[in-house]
Amino acid sequence: MLKKTTSKTTKAQSTKAAPAKKSKTVKQDSKIQELQSSRERKTIIMQGNEAVAYGALDAGVNFFAGYPITPSTEVAEILAAELPKRGGVFVQMEDEIASICAITGASLAGAKALTATSGPGFSLMQEGIGFAKITETPCVVVNVQRMGPSTGMPTSPAQGDIMQSRWGSHGDSPAIVLYPDSVKEAYELTIRAVNLSEKYRSCIVLLMDEVIGHMRESVRLPDMANVRVINRIKPTVPPHWYKHYDENQKYLSPLASFGDGYRFHVTGLTHDAHGFPTNKSGEAADMMERLRKKITYNIRDLVQIESHEMDDAKIAIFAAGITARAAKAAIAMARYEGIKVGLLRPLTIWPFPDDAVRKMLRDKDYVIVPELNQGQMIREIRRLTKDKSDSNVLGIQRVNGQLITPLDILRKIKEVC
Amino acid sequence: MANIPQKVVHQYLRHDKKFPHVWCAGCSNGIVLGAIIRALASMQLNRDDVVMVSGIGCSSRMPVYIDLNTLHTLHGRSIAYATGIKLHKPHMKVIVVTGDGDCTAIGGNHLIHAARRNIDLSVILINNNIYGMTGGQCSPTTPHDAIATTAPYGNIEPDFNICNLALGAGASFVARTTAFHVMEMQNYFQAAIEHPGFSLIEVISACPVIYGRLNKKGGAPQMMKEFRDNSIPITAVDKLPKEQVEGKIQRGILRQEIRPEFCQAYADLMAKVQSGGGK
Repeated sequence: MLKKTTSKTTKAQSTKAAPAKKSKTVKQDSKIQELQSSRERKTIIMQGNEAVAYGALDAGVNFFAGYPITPSTEVAEILAAELPKRGGVFVQMEDEIASICAITGASLAGAKALTATSGPGFSLMQEGIGFAKITETPCVVVNVQRMGPSTGMPTSPAQGDIMQSRWGSHGDSPAIVLYPDSVKEAYELTIRAVNLSEKYRSCIVLLMDEVIGHMRESVRLPDMANVRVINRIKPTVPPHWYKHYDENQKYLSPLASFGDGYRFHVTGLTHDAHGFPTNKSGEAADMMERLRKKITYNIRDLVQIESHEMDDAKIAIFAAGITARAAKAAIAMARYEGIKVGLLRPLTIWPFPDDAVRKMLRDKDYVIVPELNQGQMIREIRRLTKDKSDSNVLGIQRVNGQLITPLDILRKIKEVC
Repeated sequence: MANIPQKVVHQYLRHDKKFPHVWCAGCSNGIVLGAIIRALASMQLNRDDVVMVSGIGCSSRMPVYIDLNTLHTLHGRSIAYATGIKLHKPHMKVIVVTGDGDCTAIGGNHLIHAARRNIDLSVILINNNIYGMTGGQCSPTTPHDAIATTAPYGNIEPDFNICNLALGAGASFVARTTAFHVMEMQNYFQAAIEHPGFSLIEVISACPVIYGRLNKKGGAPQMMKEFRDNSIPITAVDKLPKEQVEGKIQRGILRQEIRPEFCQAYADLMAKVQSGGGK
């Protein structure tokens, strides 16, 4: 299914940095293993939101707290049925604020925790996301984007939360945001999001398009033996040596859980390496630098980008999610007519794939950035293509609840060639 | 209840790390912290299995001083974080320390829903009738006509009766005491921590530096005397004439009943589903 025969996927810009060393499969009791193995791993028709739920389970998520909201509710519904079977916790909270807080609390107690929401709920969660980031607590927020602002069009697609997922919480904070373009990839990137949250001790956001959440495609999930699961590093030092925010060269530090005997302190206040609040400028700067460098030092591991038909292209399209699917169809039509067009698609949208974009768009005459918003990604592309004039970096923007179609993109391609 | 020597109290403090504390002279928060420690010590709980969670405010600064698993969270959200911890590790004792503004204004929604679920959290709500940390603004428990920096002409709003709110929401253990009644407080804390279900203890406390000054209550000793003289045990309410009851702080256990606890209900559900039950 969805074999990318024509496309070349450059994983992490360099495949070397793939997180292989620390990975091990989740330990589960025999009953749960039985349930896992009895699930049929044949090709089935599946919805994007279902893929997220099964990806979460396969990644070892054992705690979900959420609040119903269209178009993400199916994730909660499936996990409400599945988690009790596997010894995990499902709880429907009183609102989205409580949901992000509950998963953060559970994660500090040792759970692999995830929540799923959509636009308005994502806005409500922003303070809690900031708390998870400053306290370096692993958790995953799935945001199935719908059209905004405010209540907007709850069942219509939009890609309006790209900037919010980066800058939504107040203050400077790191952001790791993944963006799938298919049901299969929704499954894969959910697992990756959970793995990255455990590895980098941060709140990871999975941005989905409404249409991917609700679209059904045929998918064959991998056997559990082929699913790579990363678990957080546990401290090995005695409790009195434990630093909750210890540093190693890659800014990845072990994480104890409440109840492990370490009795550490966690606060949303700016803190020192032990986790105690501080007003000292040096310690504040250290904390902020650690949050930033955790991303910048590991950018090769974090960034994933797909390059499709780019080698001989004169025109490049930069698009994410469902819009990239339309772009691929447009490229096929354009190439049939002899127009050389290619696509660059971020699987990791934050941190933004700066190096890949700079390198791969350098020799292109035109860049087209179709997106379902009033121009969010195009700001980043213009920032990275200073050598091109604004008339060579063109946007296609649509926010009316409708998708950008392959013909819309083809029309733009023909305008410039 | 046991008399806990001072030395034991010290063993529960992170005094090498975070002292002196942030609280003003005359503040009741230290008295409450002492009572919590004595309750924990007399129960002889393993400290590794106790979590203290708080929100934002003067009272919520407490966890940093006590040597437990401690979590200082967002304004109003302590109960939501505590819910996550308790559900994942139900064997742990989860104590929430919060204030009137933190728990009944910004966090009111989490309070009522945790009470409704009857999840086994012990919520210690220190009610000083004002926002102290931000400098004296009106809170949901600032009495009618009292002065606050955001009610300079007197508070025109009625105040919350926190215990009635918790009772209405379904809390299975509700008690009220004051910062003056230290042994009573310690006993209530112990009963609440041992209680299998949602418990809320409201501790009426003194903020002499801000609330007391704005409302001409005198210093800390005068406010403590007021708690002593102006409060009655709830058991005496029916026996006393009406005029002696009116306007008094009613201390006591307002409810202590056993009803299904949320974590246990979830464990039962899991057992049912895993054995092929379900609907």
